[in-house]
Amino acid sequence: MLRQLRAALVLLTALTVITGLAYPLAMTGLAGAIFPAKAAGSLIERGGTTVGSGLIGQNFTGAGYFHGRPSATTATDPANASKTVPAPYNAANSSGSNLGPTSAALAERVKGDLETLKSENAAAPVPIDLVTTSGSGLDPDISPEAAYFQVPRVAKSRRIAEDKLRDLVASHVEGRSLGLLGEPRVNVLALNLALEGLARPSGAL
Amino acid sequence: MTLNGWIQIALYCAVVLALVKPLGSYMTRVFAGERTLLSPVLGPVERGLYRVSGIDARQEQHWLAYTGAVILFHVLGFAVLYAMLRLQAVLPLNPADQAAVAPDLAFNTSTSFITNTNWQSYGGETTLSYLSQMLGLTHQNFLSAATGMAVAVALIRGFARASTGTIGSFWVDVTRATLYVLLPICIPYTLFLVWQGIPQTLSPSIDAMTLEGAKQTIALGPVASQVAIKMLGTNGGGFFNVNAAHPFENPTALSNFVQMVSIFVIGAALTNVFGRMVGDERQGWAILGAMGLLFVAGVAVTYWAEANGGSVLNGFGLTGGNMEGKETRFGIAASALFAVITTAASCGAVNAMHDSFTALGGLVPLLNMQLGEIIIGGVGAGLYGILIFVIVAIFVAGLMVGRTPEYLGKKIEAKEVKMAMLGILCLPLMMLGFTALATVLPAGLAGPANAGPHGFTEILYAYTSAAANNGSAFGGLTANTLFYNSTLAIGMLVGRFFVKIPVLAIAGSLAAKKRVPASAGTLPTHGGLFVGLLVGVILIIGGLTFFPSLALGPVVEHLAGSAGQTFAAGG
Repeated sequence: MLRQLRAALVLLTALTVITGLAYPLAMTGLAGAIFPAKAAGSLIERGGTTVGSGLIGQNFTGAGYFHGRPSATTATDPANASKTVPAPYNAANSSGSNLGPTSAALAERVKGDLETLKSENAAAPVPIDLVTTSGSGLDPDISPEAAYFQVPRVAKSRRIAEDKLRDLVASHVEGRSLGLLGEPRVNVLALNLALEGLARPSGAL
Repeated sequence: MTLNGWIQIALYCAVVLALVKPLGSYMTRVFAGERTLLSPVLGPVERGLYRVSGIDARQEQHWLAYTGAVILFHVLGFAVLYAMLRLQAVLPLNPADQAAVAPDLAFNTSTSFITNTNWQSYGGETTLSYLSQMLGLTHQNFLSAATGMAVAVALIRGFARASTGTIGSFWVDVTRATLYVLLPICIPYTLFLVWQGIPQTLSPSIDAMTLEGAKQTIALGPVASQVAIKMLGTNGGGFFNVNAAHPFENPTALSNFVQMVSIFVIGAALTNVFGRMVGDERQGWAILGAMGLLFVAGVAVTYWAEANGGSVLNGFGLTGGNMEGKETRFGIAASALFAVITTAASCGAVNAMHDSFTALGGLVPLLNMQLGEIIIGGVGAGLYGILIFVIVAIFVAGLMVGRTPEYLGKKIEAKEVKMAMLGILCLPLMMLGFTALATVLPAGLAGPANAGPHGFTEILYAYTSAAANNGSAFGGLTANTLFYNSTLAIGMLVGRFFVKIPVLAIAGSLAAKKRVPASAGTLPTHGGLFVGLLVGVILIIGGLTFFPSLALGPVVEHLAGSAGQTFAAGG
């Protein structure tokens, strides 16, 4: 029994050091040396400040930007630490809505979002991803249809020709991985950065 | 459903199948103690470990000693992890200044990780320090997976050997599983994941200034190394709250595909290890065939349900399937496929929120776990889980023809069948018993976020996931309470040990038996007839046990939703 105990104790300690310290630390060193930008979180810098990560969605609300999907993330209520308040795209507290398929709250939210979207663009059908929250609440992408859907609003706000914006969206559509896996998508932050590069916005955003 | 979706699913199955034989051959050599390609590098490390811990690698154990070692290893692992979580505030590598984990949450989390469940009552980025994530959780991801493999190999030895008192050495099995199987795959796998975009850094979180001028705090960490083992070891505990739906845990459709493959690969290859060790690879393929049938059926139902969309969304005339809780880069097909894989195996990582799946789409993951995760299953746990059902199937066949049942030349007698039934029955006891309790106690009823049948499903899913050691969740349930933390932890412990111990007893009993030569009356166990019998037994046992609970949850919800009914929380 004592021999078993020694075996268990020493083996547990040794394997803990190997798998819990040596392995992650060696990987951190190696990854940092081979893929420094990606290991650090694919951060995007502009003019010396970090504007976000290419993999993490942001909460765009201005009419002159392309918007991401609705996000269900929350943050601690500053007024009451035991409560949470909605905080879309909170990248320090990922979360989905967890609303089920027969949830009345889901029905109400979708109804509200649909009305807003239809008032912006009555011509096209509303893409499903613009009225559904993502699993992480940090989805960096929207479908190409969702990007094209927003072109009239952005064009009006920025006073840019719609055709020019459609070309911009088209150049930002990423296809399926290996032409097969996943779905085509548009990275919203990358699109909006390109949008800012296109022309300085004139008029209110 | 699209053609492209089905091609993704078919490609996935093809890749996993192609890996079964090579990995099975390699693992057979590892657990037989033979030389492998990696022996020149790892041999000295392995021998050094045995020397310092006073282990004689040639000394094998009786099943009781083997079981004792398994339990001892878990108890010590639990103590270390619990202490680390409680003390994380004063330990190093805590850049976000996370406070000590509360006692009930630390109990739940420690149990969760030593049992390979990885249920998350906590949100990783808001609760745990980097040290807890690495030294605490990553190492248990390795060891609980290695233990699962060890127990499976011990059971295989029971079938493969005759007239012997021993079933191998637990210390050697767990060391070799870690050093020769898990670590060598995880190292290149981690680098692949970083290449795809997963962070691997000790820097604290970053404050970004968004284009609209708002502040966005982005949580970071040594994520990739943990994601690699959590998938390969079918642990499933995410670095972040939303697990593999988080863009930092699963940035591309390619990383998603490889993660799905890595969930199944060891479990699938273990069926080949089984075939090789008992001297007839066809026996392994027959078991894999039964698993495959159940898997493909599950994928078809979930993909169909999700592609058809949720009742609320369809009510507004929205098309394109149910995207609530799913990520754009994966879409419907890869999310449905992932959900079935993660619950068929005992992984529990999620790349979409199961709580927001359609009623029938969410039914399949639930049923997968209720069957005991025998469709590929957790590394090791899946194989020994399905072998329990094999024993019952053989027994049923024996009853039909009035002959003492045999499997692989071993007579299956009262002791084996009793132990198998014990292993099968403890799961519904935990899953249904605690669900019943939670639906009448105020502390239990406080948990669900959704009203109506969906709320019931949230509770049922939680206890099912815990007892099956899966760890995925219908995330709406508020589980970080004293009631849920403790009852779920009990479910996990019983689900782990009341299956493992009977399995090891069966192994010991089988190893001691003589081999009987096959005769004309022996049921062949490598053909389609046996596969059909096995699938039938699994579905009958699972159906009889769990259909009432499924009828109260997902089935009612599907019918109500089809009629346009919705349920308001708090109403």
